[in-house]
Amino acid sequence: MKITIATKNVTKTYGKGEAALKALDNISLDIKAGESVAIIGKSGSGKSTLMHTLALLDKPSKGSVLVNGEDASRMSGRQLDTLRNKSYGFVFQQFFLNANDTVLNNVILPLKIAGVGRRERNKRAIEVLKAVELEDKAGSKAANLSGGQKQRVCIARALINNPSVIFADEPTGNLDSVTGKTVEDLLFKLNREQGITLVIVTHDKDIAARCGRQLHIKDGKLTGRGEI
Amino acid sequence: MKSIDLLQTASSNMLRSKARTLLTVIAIFIGAMTITLTNGIGTGIKSYLNRQIGNLGATNVMMIQLTDKNAPGPGSASSAPAAYNPQQKTQASGMRGEVRQLVMTSRDISTIKSIPNITSATPEHVLSADYIMGTGGKYQLSLQQQFGSTTADMLTGRGVGIASAQNQITLPDNYVSPLGYTDQTIIGKPITIGITSAEGKQSTVVATVTGVQQKTLIGASAAFINTALANQLYAIQSTGLPSATADSFSSVEATFPTSLTDAQITTLKNALSAKGYSGQTIKDRENTVFTVINVIIIVFDMFGAIALLAASFGIINTLFMAVQERTKEIGLMKALGMSPKRIFTLFSIEAALIGFWGSALGVGFAALLGKVINTVATKGFLKDFPGLTLLTFPLTTVVAVIVGIMLIAFLAGTLPAFRASRKDPIEALRYE
Repeated sequence: MKITIATKNVTKTYGKGEAALKALDNISLDIKAGESVAIIGKSGSGKSTLMHTLALLDKPSKGSVLVNGEDASRMSGRQLDTLRNKSYGFVFQQFFLNANDTVLNNVILPLKIAGVGRRERNKRAIEVLKAVELEDKAGSKAANLSGGQKQRVCIARALINNPSVIFADEPTGNLDSVTGKTVEDLLFKLNREQGITLVIVTHDKDIAARCGRQLHIKDGKLTGRGEI
Repeated sequence: MKSIDLLQTASSNMLRSKARTLLTVIAIFIGAMTITLTNGIGTGIKSYLNRQIGNLGATNVMMIQLTDKNAPGPGSASSAPAAYNPQQKTQASGMRGEVRQLVMTSRDISTIKSIPNITSATPEHVLSADYIMGTGGKYQLSLQQQFGSTTADMLTGRGVGIASAQNQITLPDNYVSPLGYTDQTIIGKPITIGITSAEGKQSTVVATVTGVQQKTLIGASAAFINTALANQLYAIQSTGLPSATADSFSSVEATFPTSLTDAQITTLKNALSAKGYSGQTIKDRENTVFTVINVIIIVFDMFGAIALLAASFGIINTLFMAVQERTKEIGLMKALGMSPKRIFTLFSIEAALIGFWGSALGVGFAALLGKVINTVATKGFLKDFPGLTLLTFPLTTVVAVIVGIMLIAFLAGTLPAFRASRKDPIEALRYE
């Protein structure tokens, strides 16, 4: 399924009154299916909040997030959960792998949540582990992997449900430049070959440059487009 | 998430912090074991007593006595003494004659028989035989008339036929070999009972042995005899007594249809008390004993319950820590589309699993311990109580204890599980 994501005058405020902090200030944007978009900004600029809002993990204080034109605030909790489970993939800077569990078990988590049977999800897991070239590590404990391998496991986990959109929050932030490059290549290959929409939060200028579009954010406001 | 996956995930989550889980399981283990053991003892003693009380008579038998308005007892001190009734006889019994019993006569029998649902009423005479004789010497023996259909605990043979025209008797097992027989060979053999009349003349009566009684706790050394034998013995015993004395007894054994409901039995008792009698069924006598046992068991169960209460706080604590530790994981699962309800279920299952393992191990260990105690006890201090299994564990009790504790554990887990389900995925995933 192709998914377009749009925001309309999205504002996110933390706290109340004098102490109120605007993490997002009147943001309107459109992300088309198959696009690759970088959200760039300094730490505290609101870029993570924007990604969380786009990924429907967080609700805006004002304004609305539209998924295929439908207002997300009108969707039920279950609909949102299903949408994230079936159509979104997540890659985090800190991996969030269960260190004591096997690579396979980490990768199948979204399918397990979706209620897919053991045989089907294991078959799918081998496919996605092949895509990230880690099929031989399926039985290893996640704790025994290198940083780059861990992030590739995360990508495999994000891929297992055939997502329309992958949200990546600083995907190379914890990696050295060589392994970071591998992960980066992998993400853009998915974008290019499978048409998966990429939304990458980063302060890495090289990654941002490889994206089709860059959204600069400063103090919760979009400051410009297209330039790095 | 599928149920099987939830169960499996909860199970492996439980084992993540093994030492912590083990300690919580031990706390539940202690509670479960205590409750199982006390209940096991209770059930064991109760089922033994049930069989023992079966020796006292059938369940459709009621012992009827005159209600003594002067009887010492709570509240009787303030009540006025009963007015003299020339038709009412009394006799003193007990060591110093302090127990006064109202004496019943055949007039009472006809009154009792006129009450609806009473199918028979037989006077309970005190029979004192001189001796009992088999193929060898003579031995002393006390006799007890059997009323209603017998449920006595038999070692071999069967109980006496109440209505049989033949004189029948069952004997305590320790009489068998002195009488010159074995448990098997004595069945169907005649034995002789010697009895002296009021005039001082000794006669003998022959009776057939129908069974050998299990050694018992209640009415331990009495032989049970049927109506035919009892009537014949009393006829001899009372020969020469003034007719008014011969026709006097302290209680009547009445039977009622076995089909009566508890409510109908109560109505029957009320009808009796309206006529100045008080009736007591075997069940009533049983209940008096059981009330005492139940109180003791409840006290012990309280200790178990306290242990479980402490253990449930252990569960709450364990799970709160687990929720804290797994904040990120919960956040991730929520981000990946797991509903709060499922998160709640996941943690609740984990709590119930801790309860399951604690209780299953506790119950299992208690059963094992029970087996050892039973073996030791029947060879040791309970040697004189054949047929008594000190600890009995019916499956229903075992299942009830496990399910009950799982429920307690589940309830204890709801608080942390609710907290887990409310975790904000953003909060959980935010970089520290």
